[in-house]
Amino acid sequence: MKTENEGWFGSFGGCYVPEILLPALEQLSNAFATARQDPEFQKELSDLLAEYAGRPTPLYLCRQIGPDTGTRLYLKREDLVHGGAHKTNQVLGQALLAKRLGKTRLIAETGAGQHGVATALVGALFGLKTRIYMGAKDVARQRLNVFRMELMGAEVVPVECGAKTLKDAINEALRDWAASYTDTHYMLGTAAGPHPFPLMVREFQRVIGDEAREQILAREGRLPDSALACVGGGSNAIGLFTAFVPDKEVALIGVEPAGKGLHTGEHGMTLQAGRPGILHGSKTFILQDEHGQIVESHSISAGLDYPGVGPEHAHLQATGRAKYVGVTDDEAVAAFRRLSACEGIIPALESAHALAYAFKLMERGEGGEVMLLNLSGRGDKDVRQIADYMGVSLEGKA
Amino acid sequence: MSRYKTMFASLREKKQGAFIPFVMLGDPDETSSLEILHSFVEGGADALELGIPFSDPVADGPTIQAAALRALSNGMTPKKAFEILRKFRETNSITPIGLLVYANLVVQGENDAFFEQAKAAGVDSVLVADIPSKEAAPFCESAKKSGIDPVLIAAPNSSDDQLKMIAELSSGYTYVVSRAGVTGAETKAEMKHGQLIEKLKDFGAPPPVLGFGISSPEQVREALESGAVGAISGSAIVKLIASTAPEKRNETILQFIRGMKAETQLS
Repeated sequence: MKTENEGWFGSFGGCYVPEILLPALEQLSNAFATARQDPEFQKELSDLLAEYAGRPTPLYLCRQIGPDTGTRLYLKREDLVHGGAHKTNQVLGQALLAKRLGKTRLIAETGAGQHGVATALVGALFGLKTRIYMGAKDVARQRLNVFRMELMGAEVVPVECGAKTLKDAINEALRDWAASYTDTHYMLGTAAGPHPFPLMVREFQRVIGDEAREQILAREGRLPDSALACVGGGSNAIGLFTAFVPDKEVALIGVEPAGKGLHTGEHGMTLQAGRPGILHGSKTFILQDEHGQIVESHSISAGLDYPGVGPEHAHLQATGRAKYVGVTDDEAVAAFRRLSACEGIIPALESAHALAYAFKLMERGEGGEVMLLNLSGRGDKDVRQIADYMGVSLEGKA
Repeated sequence: MSRYKTMFASLREKKQGAFIPFVMLGDPDETSSLEILHSFVEGGADALELGIPFSDPVADGPTIQAAALRALSNGMTPKKAFEILRKFRETNSITPIGLLVYANLVVQGENDAFFEQAKAAGVDSVLVADIPSKEAAPFCESAKKSGIDPVLIAAPNSSDDQLKMIAELSSGYTYVVSRAGVTGAETKAEMKHGQLIEKLKDFGAPPPVLGFGISSPEQVREALESGAVGAISGSAIVKLIASTAPEKRNETILQFIRGMKAETQLS
């Protein structure tokens, strides 16, 4: 059986790209393998994580939510990472690798814009020319993030082909890279895609779970009963889960977007309603029709709106080590409002999916004593959308 | 002998290179597709390279992406594509047919189902655009088991190890891409692959056919002069199909193919 260092998680993963991209991926894979063992690289990265990104992030025990149910709910505060989400953790690692490889240009895809913002920020920090591919539909609904990227010097290219959303932005970034690999690094935003991305992004994100495990042991003197995170491509979830995978007593729960409900077909429950296939470089679970054409996903949260998923999650589901569940748009919005109102923390809509499931478990009395949840991002970016959802106008009265 | 071997042998005798046009099956519709294939052959095409549309074609530029979307929106499916080929084979049993597809279409169903269906429809080779040499072994094995030649791509940046793997795993022909990037007539082919073709020969790879960015008769000649035994033209033809009125389509295609084929005579 092939190992994760060769790009395989059980029967998922691999490196399914046009032949022309193999040398660039091999170069990246070798650079990553070297950097992992290199104390100088590790020091540079951990300094940046501390001084630039603001790590370690706090572990916060909810004060209002939980006591009445007997569950202590801990939030790993990735929303406090510079940039507003966990995305910054891994772009710093990739940017250092890009520099080592002598690349002068970054390209990236983005859905809602969080990974685009993170890429723009390291592009500015390291003086790398940066181009972000973003579906034309997403450009229209995420104007603010587009402007943030542009403020940091990135060029945002609206992708007009296909469905004009995240998957098409990935297609377009891959097409760019097939012509530009000599001087360009493709900064893929999640723990998916061809080898070495799923492994590399996981290793750059595992700091979330490594810190959280230490923090919770210090606070509780024990491991949590469960660890929860939302799953789109799956980088924040794999970042949290990795430290706990060997701890069999910790239930790992990934929360996928059920959108308008599984029965409506408008959802993004790739692991629960998809089936294995090959998309964007790896063999994994995919939302597809009976002929193998990729189907559009749906979620109120653009960061979870993707018809594929990282191959390691497909593997964790197949082995039964992690469980994947769904939360609807409505439930996520309710959780978004509850955390805002009860704890004074406005969560990202993505993270609100994990919260919604945590609340559900607590209400059913199935939360256990100690629950750990990755609050992967802050919700400032979602405020306008929530106002629309609630029917509140943010425009000043004339 | 396979249709490709017969074709290359007969072209060698005539001192000609192969001209291979590409089109997306189902673009613009099923009936026109069949007519277009016959026009190709009538114009002098030596073999056919045919796409089955996929929703996310990462190796294709805007022209072929648009063709895939047109075909998909007209309801094209792999099953219907095979049906077109079966009909084509009713009257043509000699022209080699190659498919150019994406991995997710090939992994549907049981292990060898796709290749078996392809074989039954009269297909000779299959190239999967997003399965590189590194991951190709199981697919090549599966294809060969069904009597299909697995074709792989050799690129300007391919290492010797990649080229050796391609030589070992593939059969039929080798698709040599003329430049970095994706398919399309927007970026012209580069013609400095003499060395790549030499290496493929040394490693014993199947005959090299050049593709990507070939849109004019002069480029066909240049491709053959650089050592390739054939040239594939795709985006230029797809554009022609999209921009020509239906009643003039077959005649326009015929003229284009004739012009390209005329440049394949070597002496």
